[in-house]
Order: sequence, then structure tokens, then C-alpha cells
Amino acid sequence: MLIKSSNTGFIHPVSSDITPQAIYEQRREWLRVMAGGVAGAALAGWAGRDALAQASAAVARPGKLAALPGGRSNFPGAVTMEKLTDYKDASTYNNFYEFGTDKSDPARNAHTLKVSPWMVEVEGAVRKPGKYALEDLLKISAMEERIYRLRCVEGWSMVIPWVGYSLSELIKRVEPLGNARFVEFVTLADPKTMPFVGSRVLDWPYVEGLRMDEAMNPLTLLAFGMYGEVLPNQNGAPVRLVVPWKYGFKSAKSLVKIRFTEKEPATAWNKAAAQEYGFYSNVNPNVDHPRWSQATERRIGEDGLFAKKRKTLMFNGYEAQVGQMYAGMDLKKNY
Amino acid sequence: MPGARILLHPVAKPLVFVASLLPLAWLLAGAFADRLGANPAEYLIRATGDWTLRFLCLVLAVTPLRVVSGSPALARFRRMLGLMVYFYATLHALSYIGFDMGFEWGDVLRDIGKRPFILVGSVAFVFLTLLAATSFNRAIRSLGAARWQALHKLVYLVAVLAILHFFWMRAGKNDFAEVSVYGAILCVLLGWRLARFFRKKLQ
Repeated sequence: MLIKSSNTGFIHPVSSDITPQAIYEQRREWLRVMAGGVAGAALAGWAGRDALAQASAAVARPGKLAALPGGRSNFPGAVTMEKLTDYKDASTYNNFYEFGTDKSDPARNAHTLKVSPWMVEVEGAVRKPGKYALEDLLKISAMEERIYRLRCVEGWSMVIPWVGYSLSELIKRVEPLGNARFVEFVTLADPKTMPFVGSRVLDWPYVEGLRMDEAMNPLTLLAFGMYGEVLPNQNGAPVRLVVPWKYGFKSAKSLVKIRFTEKEPATAWNKAAAQEYGFYSNVNPNVDHPRWSQATERRIGEDGLFAKKRKTLMFNGYEAQVGQMYAGMDLKKNY
Repeated sequence: MPGARILLHPVAKPLVFVASLLPLAWLLAGAFADRLGANPAEYLIRATGDWTLRFLCLVLAVTPLRVVSGSPALARFRRMLGLMVYFYATLHALSYIGFDMGFEWGDVLRDIGKRPFILVGSVAFVFLTLLAATSFNRAIRSLGAARWQALHKLVYLVAVLAILHFFWMRAGKNDFAEVSVYGAILCVLLGWRLARFFRKKLQ
């Protein structure tokens, strides 16, 4: 390539562009002081977006459902700084096939879902199997607010403030046995309240699964709410999984069973089209879906009609937190 | 025939023309009023595709209706409806190229190679372009009626490709409810022609 531009790939910055180490190191200290309130509030807002957002985790409530506040999450990746997707978009543009395959169907149809009483059964290779009422699940660990990117396999994305706790908290409590290598998530399939259960689109109930280390990763969230309120039915009330580095369909909704298994669970989309939806389904811009590219995505509510779609990030931008789990794996084969 | 008077009325054609543009007006109004949901780009791409299919069904219904109801005046609307198919198909293709591909022609070409249903849709669009480009009177005269008719039989192939395009697009979700509705309509319309063809042969 004769003509070079910043798009050409890896190009070394000129030396004057490189921040001296001393200044770089001061920066963190400076941010801390600024966000701590020593400097003016406006300045702190400008300087310490990162720190600031973590300090004031509370997201404005839409005022539609019961409040479910979450405290701040402090580990890397727990809170992205990106602009939140509008609650209206996040609660009216859903894939929840039990309520219809059009993305506007769930918001229209999910009012029939009965979320109370609700039980989640823990079974399989664990020392403490049992049935957990939703009330008990809510008490297992402190609620945290997690602001995650959500990347749908269809090529769109959102930024959603979830409320819940790391699934690992529940897993530790039920004490998996040594042969528990996978966790299977079974979701509700009630033909009485879910009009499209029984359609031939998928095998019901909808089943998802994770490898044990994935399930134990602190990013993997057992979510009970979003935007500071309990989950709307169409978003998977009353309790769902959120796995931010995988395509959205891995984050199973309205969970009724969590099963610890030795064998890889047969997951719903993998059964429906194995060559299109792998067990792992990590967000990966370099491995295309057989029928479309996964290199870019449209951020709902943000990228205008004529804006170019944004680049999809490896592991949806959570590579630093989850990349090591897949070290040495051929991600083209294990898509 | 009383219907013929309405069909031959001087405002009949302009009326059909305006009515055919109502879906577009509705979509534009929706886009400006932000009424197209969370993903307006996807909505526009799909809605223009739906309207292409609907006009395709309409135009293919003209001849069967004309023969069955014995109202030759219906033929007056065939070209206009055919051009409406092309109009909505063009909007559909432009929406895809613009909203989905950001007018990156390299990406479009790669996408055509990658996604069979895009390839099928593109081929259908090329055929439709041929038909639209030979739709005016001079083209008919210079081609000669027989050759022109043979060329315009391509619309049957377009119908098959269009439904295949739609089927393949929905196959990802195993969701064939709408596809089967359009498929059934097109089956009836093309089946009627096949039946007529064989009946004539037998005679």
C-alpha cells in the first residue's frame, strides 16, 4: 500500500503523540481527585466520566413498574460509559418468540405472563438442589446495577442498565459437584400464557447453556430488573440471564430451571440450526453468520438512518474480561 | 358491463396511480414522525419489500381477473401496476443499499456473494429492470409483440425469485406464516396461467 492513512492498520504514533509515563500515571490520581469533588462539579463531570458514572450508578427510572434499585458495580466491564438505549426502545423491540416472532409482538402480547408466584428449580450435579421462590432469589446477594452492551445476532445493539447480581453468587450457594461442567438454563414454556409456544419455530421450552467457567464469570448476570425497575414481561421477567459478551439469544429469559450437567446442553437455536448458531455464540466480528456479516452493528436509537453502522467489537468489547476463557480455542470452529 | 364504465373512466388511472403511492406517503410520514419503531432502517427495508410483493401479486392478478370477470378494460392498469412493482423494488433495493450497507458498494457486492437470499433478490431486481426498461410503447414496437411478450414472461420468474428471497430471509427464524400467504397467492395466480396454457394445448 503506497498511500497510508490512519485506516491502513497498525501505524506507530509519532513520538510526540505518546503521553509521557509520568503524566500518564498522574492521570489516574488526577481523575480520582477531580471526581472526589475537590474540583468543581462541572470539571469533575468532564474529567471523570468513568469515575462519575460509577459513583452515581442510579439510572433515571421510567416510572412504569416497581422500583428495583441496584448499588454500584466496581469491577472492570461492569458499567459501560456509553449512552443508554431509551427504555421505550429496549422494552418494545424484543426477541421473545414465546410471544411472537415480530420484534413488536412481545411488548403487545407478554402482559399475559404471570410472574408471581415464581419458582426457579436448581437441579442436577449440585450438593444443594431445590426450588427457590423468587423472593428468596432476590435476597441471595446485593442488587447491583450493570450497564452492558447487548449485541443481537441479527446485527443490532443496545446499551441496557440491568439490575441483578453475578450468577456466580447463586452457583456458589448451591455448591456444584466436581462433574458439573455446564449449566443449562430452562425457560418457561406455558402455552396458556405464551401464545406462540407450540409454534414450530423452535423446540420448546427454550433452553440455553454456558460452560461452568462462563457461568462463574462475574460479568454473567442473573438479572431481575432494568432501568432501576423490575423487568418488563417482554424483557424476560421476573428473572433472566444476561451474558454481555455473547449474542443476545444466549441470555435466556424467564428462567424456571437451572441445571448443572456434565454434558454440553442442547440449546434451542443450536438444535434449530446448528450450522448458524453454535453453543458458544460469542460476539465475534471475524466470524460471520453463514447468511450475513457480523462485522458491524446498528445501535438502536442512536445511529441515524443514514449513519454508517458501527464496528462490532471482539467479545462485544469484553475481551479483557473474558478472552482468557477461550485461549487456544479455534473460535471459527467453536462459533 | 357496469364495471367497465368505472374502469374506463378518465380519472380511473390517475386514481390508481395516487392510491399506489399512498404506501410510500405513509412510510415517509412515519419516518419523519419517528413512528417506525426502534429500528426505522429495518422497518423501511422490510416495508418496501412487503409492498413490492403486494404490487407483484396485484399486477399478476390483472390478467386472471380480466379473463374470469370478462372485463378487458382491466388491462389498462397492467403497465402502471407493473411499474409500481419496479418502483417499490427500487425503493427496497435503495433502502438496503443505503440503510444497511451505508452505500458501500464493495460491501454490497460482498453481501451478494455471502447471502443467497440477497443474490436471489438482486437477480430478481435485474430482471425487473429489464421489464421496466422495455415497458414503453416504442420498446414494444421495436422489439415486436412476440419477442416483447416472451421477454415479459420473465415476470413469472421474478415472482418465483421474490418468494424464494422472502422465504430464505425468513428461514433463519423458521417463520413461514407470511411467506406462505404470499406463496399461496402467487401459486394461485401462476397456477391459473399454467392451467390455461395446458387447456389451450389440449384443445
